Amino acid sequence: MATETHEAAGAAAESVGMPQLDFSTFPNQIFWLVVTLVVIYFVLSRIALPRIEGILAERTGAITNDVAKAEELRAQAVAAEEAYNQALADARAEAQRIAAEARAEIQADLDKAIAKADEEISAKAAESEKAIAEIRAGAVDSIRAVANDTAAEIISAMGGKADADAVTGAVENQMKG
Amino acid sequence: MATEAHSEAGSLAFHPMDQFIVKPLFGDGAVAWYTPTNVTLWLGISILAIIAILVLTTSKRAMIPSRGQSIAELAYGFVYKMVEDVTGKDGIKYFPYIMTLFMFIVAANFLGLLPMSFTTTSHIAVTAVMGFGVFLAVTILGFVKNGASFLGLFWVSSAPLPLRPVLALIELISYFVRPVSHSIRLAGNMMAGHAVLKVFAGFAQVASIAPIAIIGVMAVYGLEVLVSFIQAYVFTILTCVYLKDALHPHH
Repeated sequence: MATETHEAAGAAAESVGMPQLDFSTFPNQIFWLVVTLVVIYFVLSRIALPRIEGILAERTGAITNDVAKAEELRAQAVAAEEAYNQALADARAEAQRIAAEARAEIQADLDKAIAKADEEISAKAAESEKAIAEIRAGAVDSIRAVANDTAAEIISAMGGKADADAVTGAVENQMKG
Repeated sequence: MATEAHSEAGSLAFHPMDQFIVKPLFGDGAVAWYTPTNVTLWLGISILAIIAILVLTTSKRAMIPSRGQSIAELAYGFVYKMVEDVTGKDGIKYFPYIMTLFMFIVAANFLGLLPMSFTTTSHIAVTAVMGFGVFLAVTILGFVKNGASFLGLFWVSSAPLPLRPVLALIELISYFVRPVSHSIRLAGNMMAGHAVLKVFAGFAQVASIAPIAIIGVMAVYGLEVLVSFIQAYVFTILTCVYLKDALHPHH
């Protein structure tokens, strides 16, 4: 029994010992590892890596192209907007010019009409003044005649003899006063 | 009672390390250097997996990528950016070598997670070849590119003069430890994870703790999925860092 356990333990110890440190398998592992690494290196450097590099470069190129195209379209949109704004500003300026012209024309017509009206008014005023002056002159003469007559009548009525020249001079004096 | 317990314990004698044993595919003889073994089989499967991921998926060269092609492009972009960011523009020409390492480690790690599979990257022989390969390549490249001034890597010119010899010694030691840590990190992670999976799976034989063991297996498996990727990433980025040191040895 004891020997059996001992033997079992021995076997267990043997199998539990690290296979990693079994140097007799090293040449085998190293040989196959080197073969493997060489194969992987050639597969990667000849096929896989250039292919993936190509795919990534192609994609980067496509993205760059698309971005450039988008940039171009954006620039076009900006230019179109500018042209639109320009046209809008032009139209606005044109409208303002037309409005100013119309206003100036109306103003000119108006000025002409006002001048004409002024002229007519002043002509009419002058005419009226002349008429008034005539009337006023007529009135002064009438007053003088009436005053001479009246003075002569009053003098004769009071029994005097009217000296025509004296009366006229007196009336002239009074009228000046 | 005691015998019963003993017999139960006997049936529970599981062998978490058996999965790592290298055996010939055909027959039962000794393992010579050319013998096709389970290592050979799984290395071959990893080649096929890489061809499937990177070559077959991209065969259509679609402008709008399919799912498979996206994976190939993502893998390419991931490693390419890593090389570019870490080593700089002049490291790009070593990109195919680094991509080879990354794809192999990723494929081998994930294939190793399949039940009944063999994890080639859990073997120190495999990772040491890669680790020392990187170390030798980088060292030779450093001397070829920079001549003797590559030794400036060990002479920290920004440190005070009296400290420099000490730092040079430390830098020199750490430089020679690089390949060891580089390879043991990967092999150790893969081996430990798979061994733990096997241990949990072994406990699942006992009915009373089976549920816990199975949940444990699931949790560890999830962790291992992460570790598989992270270790491939770590191995690759460290390779890039070493490459950067070789190309630009001055601090």
